[in-house]
Amino acid sequence: MRQLRTSIVVAIAVITGIIVLVGYFIELPVLENLRIILLHYAVIFIAVALIVGVVNLVQVHWKKFQNRQPGGVYSLILIISLLVTIIVVGYFGPTSTPSLWIFSNIQIPVASSLIAVLTVVLTYTGVRLLKRGLNLFSLLFMATVLIVILGTVSFQGFRIPGLSELRTWITQVPAVGGARGILLGVALGTIATGMRILMGSDRPYGR
Amino acid sequence: MNYVYLLNIVDNGILGLGFVLLFFFVMIISAIIVRRRDEPLLREISTYSKLKRSINLAVESGQRLHLSLGSGGINYMQGGSALAGLSLLKRLYRMAGLSDRPPVATSGDGTIGVLSRDSIRSVYDEVGVREEYEPTSGQVSGLTPGSYIAGTLPVILDQQVSTNILMGHFNSEIALLADASERRGSLTVAGSDNIAAQAVGYASTENLLVGEELYASGAYIQANTMHIASLHAQDFLRWAIVSVILVAGALKLAGVL
Repeated sequence: MRQLRTSIVVAIAVITGIIVLVGYFIELPVLENLRIILLHYAVIFIAVALIVGVVNLVQVHWKKFQNRQPGGVYSLILIISLLVTIIVVGYFGPTSTPSLWIFSNIQIPVASSLIAVLTVVLTYTGVRLLKRGLNLFSLLFMATVLIVILGTVSFQGFRIPGLSELRTWITQVPAVGGARGILLGVALGTIATGMRILMGSDRPYGR
Repeated sequence: MNYVYLLNIVDNGILGLGFVLLFFFVMIISAIIVRRRDEPLLREISTYSKLKRSINLAVESGQRLHLSLGSGGINYMQGGSALAGLSLLKRLYRMAGLSDRPPVATSGDGTIGVLSRDSIRSVYDEVGVREEYEPTSGQVSGLTPGSYIAGTLPVILDQQVSTNILMGHFNSEIALLADASERRGSLTVAGSDNIAAQAVGYASTENLLVGEELYASGAYIQANTMHIASLHAQDFLRWAIVSVILVAGALKLAGVL
């Protein structure tokens, strides 16, 4: 019985995937309509999954608070903040003054703080890369970073001659070439993952 | 005239469908060849060798593995990297799910969260210990890239994690996760579909999965026929694309195109 259920689930996933994929490439009205209907269903499922995600988030943090795990107090703060935000936005509306106040005075400063911490961590990471052991690639990496940074900024109006041009060449020629090469690999990897799922040999959705 | 005709074909998507079909046929042919071989023909990726060793060590020493699936959803192209991560998640659970500290998966998207819990539950079903399943082992840590990082950091710092596998869609914030992992002395394996995250990952960790290496986890950790076949198909088509680019470049230089 379980095997049959698994087969049905796989069949639905594979057929749906094939319809959406072929409908994307071939302009057949029947296929196009079917594809749009399936994508609308997908959007609804994604919205439901978002709610499930929020419930899971609360579940994880409530358990953490209940079990008195390290940082449990922060988990309680998160749950209270979430409830307050839902009540405020639900009651006043998402574009109301109280909702925008929460967004501007809490969410944006918190996100900005994270970016500030990231800046420090990235600088430290660069230093750690050099400490980890010098090799040709790490030297090349750091030299490129320095050239790009120094070529971007000026010191009270003074620019090192030729550095800006070198920076432009690096960002427009080798960096773009390398990035395209990597993206090509990523695209092929994504197609391979999709093909395995369409063939039912890779199932990230149960048995 | 021929050039315009070719462009029209591209616009109609026939070329795209043809490429996907070509990929499919190369995969099938590769699968037949792989089945005939005794040993899979795979180039050495040191990161996967280290990861395999680390998974075995974690199982033996009862330490936790953490798989971070990133903040991309499956409704965008970034979902591909998270799906590759989900495939690894199943394998991790098959290897270490019954240990004292089963692996934990974190994600920054509702759908990936649902899929991660479904994948974990399916492994417990397979081995007949459904009652051992914990819904919190597949966590949604935050629903925006920033909140996801903030929610995942405590998992890395507080849950005695021996290996952190960062496999999914990240931005440059991946540095915060990698830094936390390094500070805890855990093995960090990082791979992302995002160029910025890969650049930051190169500086943050010694074990970076570059480009398509991220999608090869199934072939290297699971050694499944279709995973290996898809890897061979990727390699074949990459060389085909490189050849087309070189020929097109030469033709352009010659003034033919």
